Amino acid sequence: MNDAAPTIDAGITAWMLTSTALVLLMVPGLAMFYGGLVRTKNVLGTMMHAFAAMAIIGVLWVVCGYGMSFGPNALGGWIGWDSSLVLLARLDTDAPMQGYRIPEYVYAMFQGKFAIITPALIAGAFAERVNFRGYCVFIALWGILIYNPLCHWVWAPDGFLFTLGAIDFAGGTVVHISAGVSALVCALYLGGRKGYPNTAMRPNNLVMTMMGAGLLWVGWFGFNAGSSVNSNIDTARALTVTQVAAAGGALAWMLIEALHHRKATSLGLCSGILAGLVVITPAAGVVNVAGALVLSMLASLVCYLAVLLKSKLGYDDSLDVFGIHGVAAMLGAIGLAFFLRAPTVADFVAKDPGWTLWKQLGVQSASVAIAAGYAALASIILLVLVDKLIGFRLDTTREMAGMDHALHGESGYGLLSLD
Amino acid sequence: MKLITAIIQPDKLDEVREALIRAEITRITVSRCSGHGRRQDEELYRGQVHIPNLQNKVRLDIAVNDAFVDVTIDTILAAARHGAGQIGDGKIFITHLEECIRIRTGERGGGAI
Repeated sequence: MNDAAPTIDAGITAWMLTSTALVLLMVPGLAMFYGGLVRTKNVLGTMMHAFAAMAIIGVLWVVCGYGMSFGPNALGGWIGWDSSLVLLARLDTDAPMQGYRIPEYVYAMFQGKFAIITPALIAGAFAERVNFRGYCVFIALWGILIYNPLCHWVWAPDGFLFTLGAIDFAGGTVVHISAGVSALVCALYLGGRKGYPNTAMRPNNLVMTMMGAGLLWVGWFGFNAGSSVNSNIDTARALTVTQVAAAGGALAWMLIEALHHRKATSLGLCSGILAGLVVITPAAGVVNVAGALVLSMLASLVCYLAVLLKSKLGYDDSLDVFGIHGVAAMLGAIGLAFFLRAPTVADFVAKDPGWTLWKQLGVQSASVAIAAGYAALASIILLVLVDKLIGFRLDTTREMAGMDHALHGESGYGLLSLD
Repeated sequence: MKLITAIIQPDKLDEVREALIRAEITRITVSRCSGHGRRQDEELYRGQVHIPNLQNKVRLDIAVNDAFVDVTIDTILAAARHGAGQIGDGKIFITHLEECIRIRTGERGGGAI
């Protein structure tokens, strides 16, 4: 965050345009990651969840999302609002965005990609068993009533968690905790897939899952390094720790599996990449390389245990949205307090002489608890509403026939495999 | 010995398989196949409905000793029916099985099934 500057900087703008495109690339990446993990009969329906978010949130964001997220406080700070941001009308100006050196269009589009990918993440928890119509209404309402307020609280200059001093560099709280916790609530409310956990539900195409994980890694440079909204040392550091964390998480997961089962799996490596990327997301601005390495390896260990625990508890968070995104993001948002780089600490102390590690830890924990609590509570209300009014869970016949055929009238592949 | 070949709808595979296991018919071969009977299935392509020439089906091949023929048939009938009286639930074919040989041991006949 730099001071108000009078001119638009071509370098910063070019990088932010690139970042915007990179974050959008994560959505098809996520579609491929999730699409490969489900059974053949649901591959299109699952990829449609991510692509539908591009369509639905892509429109809602310019209609009301950006205004609700980044307008000045309204309704007591629950959301922001500025009617001149409807359809981004106010942004068509030569002047740079207040406090930055880019046209605000770029910032609005950059933020819009985060709003798109967040509800798409949740879809992994109820993969293979929801009605497309119900899903569309659910993510539209989820974006409006959960994402936009959270985004406002954490990232708007007058958001209450922002003013409290909560550190969330690139969306650990807003994106991954909110999606992870909502995912858990959805999985519990909707119940498991028919036959889970007795019937083996094997991934239809791990090749596609690996390509998706690769795209997510690439896109995450835009997600994290773009969140500096600058082109300087903060950007460079964020990019570096992102790279290190993805590699550290992947390496740790590989080692854990090699020790546990004597075999490192492709899905394990991809899960490690994600755990590392998610844990560094809130911390990318405030930790150094050593911190990124420790956090990412710790994230893989904790997420590995969380996924094992899920199997023990028996709920069907089908693609481990909570086990990886939720858990790693909480670890990152709270754990970052222990790995703050010295200049960041000095900076905090200069601003507030009474600053202590424990105070920061308290703020971090509070923001995690508020985000998780709000997302959980509001998700339950939305779930009941959508399920009763439109129908969310698929009926057994259509679930068994598969979403591709029953909901979309298509099939993903030719005669390749049986399930 | 008989060879029971059942052509069923793909969405009933899990139910049929689980029912067969409960009836202690555990040795089955399953393949995905296609063909046409009387059932018509719709798919969409850019806003237009089209009827695929061939419908996807699942084929089960089960070799059984004579004592197990009836229980296998009854199990498949009960599990593969959609029950709404609609056409397309599939067919069962039964053929006489000349010989059965277990590759590992070379043993022949009913014991090899």
